[in-house]
Amino acid sequence: MKGFDVTVKDVSRAYGSFKALDDVSIEIHKGEFFSLLGPSGCGKTTLLRIIAGFDSPDVGTVLLDGKDILPLPPDRRQVNTVFQNYALFPHLSVYENVAFPLRLKKIQPTKLDTKVREYLHLVQLDAHIDKKPSMLSGGQKQRVAIARALINEPNVLLLDEPLSALDAKLRQNLLVELDHLHDQIGITFIYVTHDQSEALSVSDRIAVMNQGKVLQVGTPYEIYESPATDFVARFIGETNLFPATVLSCNPYKEEYIVSLDIPELGTSIMVTDYDPLQVGQKVSFTIRPEKIKITTDEPRRVGKDINLFSGIVEEPIYSGFQSKYYVSLSNGTVLKIIQQHNNYMDDGPDIAWKDNVFVSWSAEDGYIVEVVDS
Amino acid sequence: MNVKLTTVRERRLGITYSSPMGIWLTVFFMVPLLIIIAYSFLTKGLYGGVEFPITFDAYLQMANPNFMRVLLRTVWVTTLATALTIALALPCGYAMARSKHQTLWLGMVIVPFWTNSLIRIYAWIAILSSEGFLNEMLKALGFIKESLPLIYNQGAVTAVLIYMYIPFAILPLFTTIDKFDFGLLEAARDLGATKPQAIFKVLMPNIRSGIITSVIFTFIPIFGAYTVPLLVGGKDSYMIGNIIVDQVTKTRNWPLASAFSLIITLISTLGVLWMMTSTARERARIKQQPLKDREDTLGPSHNGLTSAGRVS
Repeated sequence: MKGFDVTVKDVSRAYGSFKALDDVSIEIHKGEFFSLLGPSGCGKTTLLRIIAGFDSPDVGTVLLDGKDILPLPPDRRQVNTVFQNYALFPHLSVYENVAFPLRLKKIQPTKLDTKVREYLHLVQLDAHIDKKPSMLSGGQKQRVAIARALINEPNVLLLDEPLSALDAKLRQNLLVELDHLHDQIGITFIYVTHDQSEALSVSDRIAVMNQGKVLQVGTPYEIYESPATDFVARFIGETNLFPATVLSCNPYKEEYIVSLDIPELGTSIMVTDYDPLQVGQKVSFTIRPEKIKITTDEPRRVGKDINLFSGIVEEPIYSGFQSKYYVSLSNGTVLKIIQQHNNYMDDGPDIAWKDNVFVSWSAEDGYIVEVVDS
Repeated sequence: MNVKLTTVRERRLGITYSSPMGIWLTVFFMVPLLIIIAYSFLTKGLYGGVEFPITFDAYLQMANPNFMRVLLRTVWVTTLATALTIALALPCGYAMARSKHQTLWLGMVIVPFWTNSLIRIYAWIAILSSEGFLNEMLKALGFIKESLPLIYNQGAVTAVLIYMYIPFAILPLFTTIDKFDFGLLEAARDLGATKPQAIFKVLMPNIRSGIITSVIFTFIPIFGAYTVPLLVGGKDSYMIGNIIVDQVTKTRNWPLASAFSLIITLISTLGVLWMMTSTARERARIKQQPLKDREDTLGPSHNGLTSAGRVS
């Protein structure tokens, strides 16, 4: 693995009374594709700017390959940044933009030329060498920015929402390209985004941030399936989230069968958990919409581990490969349910508006987000 | 059809609206200019004024080494004063553009215009003269015993000229720098540029039009300066402006005065042309619309990317 590891230790940064970063510690491994994910204002960009050297923390340290980089100015750190608005130099051609870092280093002209062409080829811009940035499309501009940031051969590449200014289809393509680049070059990527699907699809690990704090660090799978807090559960993907109280907790094989009282569902439900819980403990319960089954007929055999409710479809949203239903239960609580359409449908989905339906999920598919006693 | 009618009407309205300016420029600019051109080719009248026949005498008289010395001095003083003005105005404009209190700073740049320029020049005389504020203060503080020759020399002329014209340089620089994306400076630093490198390689080329405007706004009026060299300059600080006034009021050689005036006009015109061509070039560069996003998608294969070879 090439690239450097980055250690952020106890970093805080306040602007007046606003805490942009509140005691943040993250360890980013060598060669990792690491994402900082969170809503705008969560501090992810501030953290990136601190690593790049455009901002400095009030307290804390940032280590690059074990060495403190905070005393170094941005031009002496072995990191480079791809900026959100590209930040291409408008007075220079594509070629000169990419050559800019090398010209500063006074590299021999023939070497410089070979290298600039190599990197422009890497991002497939060979045909646009002499154009000015204003003549390029958004995606091309971002490619120039990436080539320009990589040509210095940094050990860490920082990407500040690099795709946010592009349209959805293009974003997908460039995201795949970025992933390819990462595999090819092998340096550490730190990717800042507010788009959870972007982060989930390419990251080795993700740090979910909110209000200046890191809420959870984990693989995309861990973050999606076992969110550490309510916020993470809500922010990553869609979910149904309810406050609940533990009624009972009994060991079963290697797990525990937990019975939860959920006032919003008007009843208690069953869910499995890996850790024992105290009776009476307040927790949050989450069930992802795609894990709930929806049928028009009542399921015939209902096991003890199945939670079953009936309701009315208030809002069916058909989007080709799937449908999303908002199902209102008898007490008025609305559940979000996503059904994949895996088979050919002659007459469209068989569930329609105002249909009476049965919704159910297995105890294993729910998840308990532990809540610190308040 | 409707569209066509509107455009015709709009065109007519455009002529109507612009006519006051057209008349103004013709009466008060074009006609005097033509008169000056005509005068410069006529013979000097005995008590001022001009007479026939048409001659090139005025232009031949300009070849006088005394005039040449003044002309060269004017070019030198103007160049020096303009360069210093821009050098001072650039950091001012930059600081104003980055400041949170832009309106306050703008106000402070404009405030001097509330006072007549002659009064401001006399204020400088009060500051710089041998019994003036600056000399007296330096004496009181014990730095000097004898008054320093701060006034009636080339240095005083240059300093007061800079003072008089620096607002004209700050304002266009401020507006251009204000539009500059300071993120580009961060990008430059990120890519390995030191602070001065970022300023000279990224900021300066991108505010070129503002710099050109300020150069013209200061160079042209300084080139024709008359009161400043007259009031704070010495015998060796005469500039073209002073020669023109002398030729009109003392020597009464109107054709020569006209010829010198035309030199100033010529240099000003060249400056404005330079500004216009460079801004036109800039606009042409911006006008080239970005291509549609058609070249963004790479199609089904990413072969180009993966076959690009290892980059280490």
